[in-house]
Amino acid sequence: MTIAPVCPAPITQHETVQMAHGAGGRLSQVLMQRVFMPHLHNHFLDLLDDQAKLDLPPGRTAFSTDTYVVSPVFFPGGNIGELAVNGTVNDLAVGGARPLYLSAGFVLEEGFPLADLETIVMSMAAAALKAGVMIVTGDTKVVGKGQCDRIFINTAGVGAIREGVDLSCRNLKPGDSLILSGSVGDHGMAIMTSRQNLSFQSTIKSDSASLNSMIAEVLDAVPGVHAMRDPTRGGVAATLNELAAASSVGIEINETAIPVKPDVRGACELLGIDPLHVANEGKLVLAVASKDADRVLEVMRATEEGRDAVIIGTVVDDHHGMVVMRTAFGSRRIVDLPLGEQLPRIC
Amino acid sequence: MKYIDEYRDPQLARNLLAAIHRVTTRPWTIMEICGGQTHSIIRNGIDQLLPDAIELVHGPGCPVCVTPLESIERALAIAAEKEVIFTSFGDMLRVPGSSRDLFMVRSEGGDVRIVFSPLDALQIARDNPQKEVVFFAVGFETTAPANAMAVWQAAREGVENFSVLVSQVMVPPAMRAILSSPGNRVQGFLAAGHVCAVMGYEEYEPVAQEFHVPIVPTGFEPVDLLAGILATVEQLEVGRAEVVNRYARVVSREGNRAATEIIRNVFEVIDRQWRGIGMIPASGFGLRDAYARFDAEKKFNVSHICASESPLCMSGRVLQGALKPDGCPAFAKECTPEHPLGATMVSSEGACAAYYNYHRNFTP
Repeated sequence: MTIAPVCPAPITQHETVQMAHGAGGRLSQVLMQRVFMPHLHNHFLDLLDDQAKLDLPPGRTAFSTDTYVVSPVFFPGGNIGELAVNGTVNDLAVGGARPLYLSAGFVLEEGFPLADLETIVMSMAAAALKAGVMIVTGDTKVVGKGQCDRIFINTAGVGAIREGVDLSCRNLKPGDSLILSGSVGDHGMAIMTSRQNLSFQSTIKSDSASLNSMIAEVLDAVPGVHAMRDPTRGGVAATLNELAAASSVGIEINETAIPVKPDVRGACELLGIDPLHVANEGKLVLAVASKDADRVLEVMRATEEGRDAVIIGTVVDDHHGMVVMRTAFGSRRIVDLPLGEQLPRIC
Repeated sequence: MKYIDEYRDPQLARNLLAAIHRVTTRPWTIMEICGGQTHSIIRNGIDQLLPDAIELVHGPGCPVCVTPLESIERALAIAAEKEVIFTSFGDMLRVPGSSRDLFMVRSEGGDVRIVFSPLDALQIARDNPQKEVVFFAVGFETTAPANAMAVWQAAREGVENFSVLVSQVMVPPAMRAILSSPGNRVQGFLAAGHVCAVMGYEEYEPVAQEFHVPIVPTGFEPVDLLAGILATVEQLEVGRAEVVNRYARVVSREGNRAATEIIRNVFEVIDRQWRGIGMIPASGFGLRDAYARFDAEKKFNVSHICASESPLCMSGRVLQGALKPDGCPAFAKECTPEHPLGATMVSSEGACAAYYNYHRNFTP
C-alpha cells in the first residue's frame, strides 16, 4: 500500500453544486467569487453587505416579486435566468414604473452543474443590462438532492412610477381599444414541446423579453393609457378575464385578429390546447381610449418587441366580467379562464 | 395544404350554411357522436348558425365521460400502490371517483404520470424494471390500436412489469342502444371521423338500414361538420338512409387494416359498463386470454372494486342526447368544471364542459 506523500488538501474546485456552497463558509465565498461576481458585479454588490442601500427617485415606487421554477431550466429561446429578470422587470413596467433595482435569490439542488449555473447567471446579467436594471442584492441556498428541481430563482424589484401615469386593471372603460403586442403562446409551447417527451420536433422559441423600453415609449406618446398587463400564466385569455372582472366591463375580441405563429398553432392543435390559454413572457396587452389607439399602435410597431402589435378587440358595456370572442364564422363564444393544469386531450 | 386553414375557411363555411338553409324544410334532430365534434361545434358556434329547424344533440363519444366509475376506483386503488408507476392520458387525472381523483393520489405520493401514448408508458416500464408500470387504456376504437400495440410489444419483448387497465368501448353498439331507447329523438348521425379512420364505415351500413337513419362520417373542423350536416339533412329531406362519407381524406370503407388487425389480435369483444348509461352487451374490448398476464385488473386483484353513480348526476341522459347540458338543473350551479358532478363536466370533450366553457350565462 502506498501512502500519498503529501497531505490531501480540501477540494475547492468543484464541478457541481455542493451542500457547502450554501453554508456561508469558504465554499460560499468561492461560489460568489467564481460564479456570481464576475458577471453581476456593480457598486452595490461589490460592497458585499447584507443589504443594498438605495436612493430612490422622488414619487411613488413600484415593488414586485416573482419566483421561477420553470422546467426545463434551459429551453428554446432562453433559460430560467433571463426569464427571472425579464419577468420581474415586466411586472414593474406594466404598472407604469421604470424598473431600477432587482434582488435575486437562488435555491440550488445539490449536484447542479456549476457551468450551467454560470450560464444562467451570465444570461441574467445580459438581461439586466438590456433592461437597464441592476441586481443589487442576492442570496443562495443549497438543498439536498431531490429536494428541489435543479434550480429555483426568486427575483424582486423596485421601480419609479412615472409622474401622471395611472395604470390599473380597474381602469377599463367601455369603448376602449385592446391592443396586443404580438403573437400568442410562444413561450408556453416552447416549454411544452421541449418538456413533454413528445415525439415531434418543433422550432418554437420562447418570446422571453423585457418590455420596459417599449412601454416607456408608449407612455411617452400616450401617458393616458388605461391599463397594461403582461399575459403570462393563463395566457391572453386569463389576462382579459382579469381585466374584465376588475373593471366590471365586458370585452369583445375578434378571433381573426389574434396573431398565432403557424408552428405554435400546429403544436396547440396536436396537444388540444387553446393558444389563448398558453403563457407568454414577452407580450403586452393594453387598454387605451379608442382615439389614442392608432398612435399607440404606431409607437409599438416601431419597437422590436411590438412590431406585430394589433388591435384585438374592444371594451363594451355588456356581459360584465366576461370575455366574448367573435369567431371567423360570425358566431360568438365565451373565452374562459383555463382550468388548472393544461391537459392534452386524448382523442 | 395544411389541413387546418382549408377546413376553417369562412367563405366555404358560409356556402355550406347557405346550402343547409336552402334544403331544410322541416325540423330534424341530428346527433354528433364524438365529443371532439361537440367541442368544435360549440366552440365555433356552428349551432348558432344553423336553421332553427335543425337541432344538434350531443352523443356519447367522450371516452373520459363513459369510463365507468368502478374503472376509476380501480385506477385509484392501483395508482396508490407503492411499487406502481401509474400512467394515463391527461384528461383522466381530473375525473373524480367517489371521493378523489388521480391528481389527489399523486399529491399523496402516488407516482402518477401523464403520457401521450401507451408506447411511452411501455418505455417507462422498460426503463424501470423494478417498478410495476400500469397504463389506463380507455377510449373508443381510436385508442384501441395503440393500446393493443403496447400490449403486443410488451408480450413480444417480455416486459412483464407492464400492464393495462382496460376500459375500451365501441361506437356502433352505443348507437344501437340510443336508437332502441324508448324516448329516442335522433334521426341522423354524424359518425366520429377518427373512429371511422380506424374501423372504416362498413359496420355502420346495417345500422343505417335497420333503423332507417342516415349516418355521415365526418371530421372535426367547421367545414367538415357543415358538410356532414348538409349530407345528413339532404338524405332526411328525401327519406334516404345511407352511409355517406364526408371525411374521405381520412376515412375509407374498410378502415385501417393494420390497426383493426392488431385490435383483433390482442382484444376480444366483451360486454362493457358505460358511465351514465349502464351495461351495453358486446360494446367493448377486453384482453384475450393469451394476454391475460398484462391485465392490471387481474395483476392487482381489483376486480372486486365496484361503485355506483350519484343519483343526482344526469350525465347519462346528456350522453344519450336526451338532455341538453343547460337543461340540467345543476348546470353551472352545483356542477362546474371546478366541482363536477359528472364526467361530462370534467373532460374537455364532454358536452357539459363545452357548454360551460363557451356558452354559459350568455345568449349569443
